[in-house]
Amino acid sequence: MHAEEKFTPQTWPESPEKATLEGKNKFLGFWLFLGGETVLFASLFATYIALKDKVPSPDHMLAKDLFELPLVFVMTMLLLTSSLTSVYAMYHMKNYNFKKMQLWMLITVILGLGFLGCELYEFHHYYTEYNHTFTSSAFGSAFYTLTGFHGAHVVFGLVWMTLLMIRNAGRGLSLYNAPKFYLASLYWHFIDVVWVFIFTVVYLMGMVG
Amino acid sequence: MSTIAQKRGFASTIWDYLTTVDHKKIAILYLIAGGIFFLMGGIEAMMIRAQLAVPNNDFVSAGLYNELLTMHGTTMIFLAAMPLLLGFMNAVMPLQIGARDVAFPFVNALGFWLFFFGGLFLNLSWFLGGAPDAGWTSYASLSLASEGHGIDFYALGLQISGFGTLMGGINFLVTIINMRAPGMTYMRMPLFTWTTFVASALILFAFPPLTASIFMLSFDRMFGANFFNVAAGGNTIIWEHFFWIFGHPEVYILILPAFGIFSEIFSTFSRKRLFGYSSMVFATVLIGFLGFMVWAHHMFTVGLGPVANAIFAVATMAIAVPTGIKIFNWLLTIWGGSIKFTVPMLYAVAFIPSFVAGGVTGIMQAVAPADYQYHDTYFIVAHFHYVIVGGVVFALLAGVHFYWPKMFGTMLSEKIGKFTFVFFFIGFHLTFFIQHFLGLMGMPRRVWTFLPGQGLDAGNLISSIGAAFMAIGVILLLLNVVITSVKNERVGNDPWEDGRTLEWAIPSPPPFYNFKQLPLVRGLDAYWLEKMEGKTTLTPAEPIGDIHMPNGSFTPFVISLGLFIAAFGAMYHVDDKAWAIPVLIGGLAITFGAMAYRSIKDDHGFHIHKEDLMDDDNEDKGVKA
Repeated sequence: MHAEEKFTPQTWPESPEKATLEGKNKFLGFWLFLGGETVLFASLFATYIALKDKVPSPDHMLAKDLFELPLVFVMTMLLLTSSLTSVYAMYHMKNYNFKKMQLWMLITVILGLGFLGCELYEFHHYYTEYNHTFTSSAFGSAFYTLTGFHGAHVVFGLVWMTLLMIRNAGRGLSLYNAPKFYLASLYWHFIDVVWVFIFTVVYLMGMVG
Repeated sequence: MSTIAQKRGFASTIWDYLTTVDHKKIAILYLIAGGIFFLMGGIEAMMIRAQLAVPNNDFVSAGLYNELLTMHGTTMIFLAAMPLLLGFMNAVMPLQIGARDVAFPFVNALGFWLFFFGGLFLNLSWFLGGAPDAGWTSYASLSLASEGHGIDFYALGLQISGFGTLMGGINFLVTIINMRAPGMTYMRMPLFTWTTFVASALILFAFPPLTASIFMLSFDRMFGANFFNVAAGGNTIIWEHFFWIFGHPEVYILILPAFGIFSEIFSTFSRKRLFGYSSMVFATVLIGFLGFMVWAHHMFTVGLGPVANAIFAVATMAIAVPTGIKIFNWLLTIWGGSIKFTVPMLYAVAFIPSFVAGGVTGIMQAVAPADYQYHDTYFIVAHFHYVIVGGVVFALLAGVHFYWPKMFGTMLSEKIGKFTFVFFFIGFHLTFFIQHFLGLMGMPRRVWTFLPGQGLDAGNLISSIGAAFMAIGVILLLLNVVITSVKNERVGNDPWEDGRTLEWAIPSPPPFYNFKQLPLVRGLDAYWLEKMEGKTTLTPAEPIGDIHMPNGSFTPFVISLGLFIAAFGAMYHVDDKAWAIPVLIGGLAITFGAMAYRSIKDDHGFHIHKEDLMDDDNEDKGVKA
């Protein structure tokens, strides 16, 4: 099978993302890349744990004073749901249903934007109400770096998925673009997994002191 | 008329190299860029030794000395040794596994250009207000206090080049897992391929901690963060941990491919199968694993406590076991072999006692209580130069001679090569052996001068004379390269006559598609097996057919250039320059714009048609696989 071949739902391979050598390479390479990303985030988590509540003076806000679970819960739900919708998109990709794949990708992007909006609101809130900033303390630096790196990944993922959807809108699925959609969705899952850890380590553990 | 044609030829060659995605050309780029950085690091070393030749010397100021020692270490590790090894990996590994290219040719080019621009950025510090001066480890307590932009150059330059190395690592891993020729099982892979594989895995897991900690350092210095600022609740030990969680695997990233090169050389010139192949593979993987378990032995004197120190001491000593296995396997490979003392073999044989000496002092330092004595003295300097020069640099020099014919199609002069070896070998031991004793007598590292009459005068002078010998050796090598290139005597497929692995079965340099027909691998040392059966070519695994090749691209250059520009913005942001933030954003826009362009624009590559391959066959009869 090669990238330019034309398909019907009947001839479409079971794992279109791995049907060509290029696809297979991308699939493996991206998993390895995510392995490296995991170590990157592990480093940021370790730093956060070491610097949590480390502030220069007692008048600074600590984790338990700052975080409000309802907002974070909404963010978590938005992102987890977006991970699910990206699974639906991949389901339709594997069934050679381009239109439905695009639709679910679009829903994924919208949910991701919702998450991003909440996160921006949260940061703004901390900055203006609590004077908890990137430069105010080591705690602040570690908090914004960890969550900010995650947020930057969300932005990158959203731009990536949007570009893919626009670029391929007029031409449907092929073995050339199937791996691209698949990797974007894989990336999105990774972002989601990182968030689960942020939710646990930063917010839940932050609430209990 | 003819000059115009020539100029055009030159410009098109430059353009070809700026846009190439061919692993063999990228290898040459790595070799040239890494070679230039190696010379710069060498000049810095010569200035250090000139300053320390006599007591109370004022050849350089204390400040400049700090910059020299920092840039010497940083350049040699990040910009010379690693890229040169990546160069050999690029040149040889795809050929050794019978592949037509690496898995991601585009990413391969991107990796090179990121490394290049990162290295360029770091070295521009010399002309833009001073180089970094906090040592190659750049401990946060020092680097946050360093004035000027030196440390900013360090942080941003290493960040950019680190991205490149990470991509190279992922690329090689996928190449080895997915692109092996039919019959090339894991346990038939040549040892250089195996060490490339393990070193790439180390790159994948060791570089992200460095990336994270360099981000923190950059944020602290340029954007007011407080990771390492104790007054604001920060902790400077975090940097030390991350640096060494990266830094210790890093030395194995350097030495494992060096082991691989020597393994190839030993079996080639002993004309014997590598002794204990499977134990060599096992030892390589084990060293790679243990490499992540020992970082705190660089921090024995930090005060982590006796339990932590004891655990890391024992783990460190454990590394001697797989390394010892390798040493004995090499010795037993030579044992009873039909030995040819070519230049690569001379380096290989000299490597064993030199590296063992470095290993023994390593075990001495693993004893945590004793390390309190050695810490920050010239004993440490002697130790790591014994392993890195006696191991890695010897391997690089051996590799240059060994693989030169495969990369360029000409043979470096053996006679000049032997002179290079003699000067370099003698110079190396003259420089660093005496430093063990200087260290034990209490001479501290990283101090720009010493007082007379403390028993340090003669030792330092001897050391500096040795450095001059090494410089002569390197100059002879350059001379050798020039003479060889001017003579331009072409060589055949197997110029050493004893090649064992696939790369020696195809022309030197190989055609851009490497193998006309992918070879069928029937065992370890695939080409040697065929030769033993009286054949001169490999058994093909497929009929001649169309070959799919990737298109060249200028995009990797642009992506890297964008980060290079952005780095200036980030750095001068500290000085409240109005243009800094726009430049930072503009640079990042170039990078991400080029990435988007790459994503959007279809690139299906092209096919070499069967008929053209057949025509090639008639033109030069060597092209067979």
